[in-house]
Amino acid sequence: MSMACPACTAAPIAAQRARDGVADMALSLPSIHCAGCIRGVEESLGALPGVRFARVNLSLKRVSVGTSLPEDRIIAALAEAGFEAHALSSEMLEGGGDATGRDLLWRMGLSGFAMMNVMLLSVAVWSGATDATRDFFHLISALVATPVVVYAGQPFFASATGALRARRLNMDVPISLAILLATVMSLYETLHSGAHAYFDAALSLTFFLLIGRYLDHRTRAAARSAARELSALEQFRADRLDDAGRAIPTPIADLAVGDRLLIATGMRLPVDGELLSQSAQLDRAFLTGESETVTAAAGARLHAGEVNLGAPLTLRATAVGEDTTLRRIAAMVETAENARNSYTDLADRAAAIYAPAVHLLALAAFLGWALWDGDIRHALNVAIAVLIITCPCALGLAVPAVSTAAISRLYGRGYLVKSGSALERLADADTVVFDKTGTLTLPGVAVEGIAPEDRPILLGLAQASSHPLARALREALAEERPAALDQIHEVAGQGIEGQYRGQEVRLGNDSWIGARVGGFGYRIGARNAPLAKRERLRPGAEEAVAGLRATGKRIVMLSGDRQQAAEGIARALGIEEVIAGVVPEEKHRVLERLAAEGCRVLMVGDGLNDTPSLAAAHVSLAPSSAIDAARTAADIVLTREDIGALPMVLQTAERARRLSMQNFGIALGYNAIAVPVALVGLATPLIAALAMSASSLTVLANAMRVRKVRS
Amino acid sequence: MNVLLVLIPVSLFLGGLGLAGFLWTIRSRQYDDDSGNAARILLDEDDPPEG
Repeated sequence: MSMACPACTAAPIAAQRARDGVADMALSLPSIHCAGCIRGVEESLGALPGVRFARVNLSLKRVSVGTSLPEDRIIAALAEAGFEAHALSSEMLEGGGDATGRDLLWRMGLSGFAMMNVMLLSVAVWSGATDATRDFFHLISALVATPVVVYAGQPFFASATGALRARRLNMDVPISLAILLATVMSLYETLHSGAHAYFDAALSLTFFLLIGRYLDHRTRAAARSAARELSALEQFRADRLDDAGRAIPTPIADLAVGDRLLIATGMRLPVDGELLSQSAQLDRAFLTGESETVTAAAGARLHAGEVNLGAPLTLRATAVGEDTTLRRIAAMVETAENARNSYTDLADRAAAIYAPAVHLLALAAFLGWALWDGDIRHALNVAIAVLIITCPCALGLAVPAVSTAAISRLYGRGYLVKSGSALERLADADTVVFDKTGTLTLPGVAVEGIAPEDRPILLGLAQASSHPLARALREALAEERPAALDQIHEVAGQGIEGQYRGQEVRLGNDSWIGARVGGFGYRIGARNAPLAKRERLRPGAEEAVAGLRATGKRIVMLSGDRQQAAEGIARALGIEEVIAGVVPEEKHRVLERLAAEGCRVLMVGDGLNDTPSLAAAHVSLAPSSAIDAARTAADIVLTREDIGALPMVLQTAERARRLSMQNFGIALGYNAIAVPVALVGLATPLIAALAMSASSLTVLANAMRVRKVRS
Repeated sequence: MNVLLVLIPVSLFLGGLGLAGFLWTIRSRQYDDDSGNAARILLDEDDPPEG
């Protein structure tokens, strides 16, 4: 048996890259989570002829494949093995991974190396080295520390300069100042045989903060790339028809007004346009909030973002790119978002108080000592000791350590929090506004009327399609065992067909199954039956509402539907406040009104009509099934269907804020002890090192407690 | 005290060795998928096929 050592299994990425060449495609695998999944995916793909290699990245939930096969073959193979997979645009393949993360790691490694070596020398000085030995040790420390501080501190210096240029103070200003002044003063002291050098303090400050910076970057990069993956799922090509009627795949950016486009079944329209086909069936749920299929006749105006549910259709583009209805709404979103960007997050608010206080204190110490004993060098020493010892390290870690832990925890539960500020705003929320269609409810099928002997056959058919109704049917019949069917295939825009014990079975549009049953039905042999559509509750919706009520949040349901339909759902969920019949343009007015009443609103919605509301709300959440604009506007994206963990998300956010405040408290506590010591001129590099390490470690340990929220 | 002149370069060299090792792990992309690597040690896919 060969040993599976971590290094052996980790190292081959680079080796594999050299051997197999570059991956041809990347697929998103939202459901993978363990070693078994890695093996399942890699083995099922490796067994396909034509696949050179398949490598799963579990952190990003993604597989890169080197192959000559088309994407749908790979997706089908994965679906057969039980893994949901989505193609990602080729852009996602580029960039060669996470360059910023590696850069931060590099600087961190360097400063860690320098810190440890300088610390060794410092220990000798602290334990009593004097005269020539001490000067020699300081000199070596200077040679190691100075270049490292200059190089490894770049991320802080850059951020501090940026803030100063915008005439603001952020946490990086006192940090950079402390690092730089400590180094410069220590250099001066070294050259003049001084007793105290703070090289180890400057380096450990850099090292600790780079760790925080790197962790912060990792969590955000994971959330960001997941959000970007969702947009990569959006379509980026359309079939343009040339004069001879040939379909030519064209990037959406190159479409022009007047182009004729062929829209395949299940595709979103990329442009606004006029229908050229005789008739078409469209889903415009994202625009109107209605979950019904809309039938349009030739000449009808269609909007970008609608989904073609019927047979392939052709249309003539009347508005493309920025002029489409979709984009105009997106522009409204941007305006609303700018308003929200004025939110200052906790760390910056703390920095705005802390930075001037520390700088004034250091200045006062300098002036005080300079006037008291007239020794400018000693006064400067004391002032710098004050700057170093005020624990900018702990303060710099106070918020990022907590939000990193919280965001990565939520990421594991399927909630992508896009920024630390979103987490803080989430903690403020006292009112939750749900959109009904697509958020609290999903399209469903009424299965009560189906004869028991038909159910396995229907499940067998429904499993073969990814159409929303087939998916709903599959879920409703989840308890059945699917019948064994042969020759299953999907007829675009019509339905699914197969053979069951020698008879033909079909599931789909009524005209196609050959009976007027009203929309949607199935046929087994010569027998027809209708299927009724019905809204079903999103999994976890009841728990979510109950949990939110238990924590005393005000819950409002907002819907474009009729009062009666909306109230039925609200009663099922136990929501008392219902605002129904709201026209799309009015939705964000409702939110503005709530904001005027002093409510801080968490908006949960998915449609285009929700998008301005998502941007206008204090904080917002969109399910991953939402349209691109809604996901972009939302602060948090839910990657799973189940919304039941929503109360846990709010609790985590509240706990994160409490822990951040505690961390500030801890840092201040250390300051209360250390600053007087520094002010009277008793601070030595040893005390600075102790205060810094102890406060940073306490703050980090406290941050880890955010994982303790029960769910 | 002359021993310091030997020991300090030695300690710096050993530390540098550690640093070089760390930089190598970054270059060979061992931090790109840490949860994946944690899971992969449970797989023994390098085993020769049995029987």
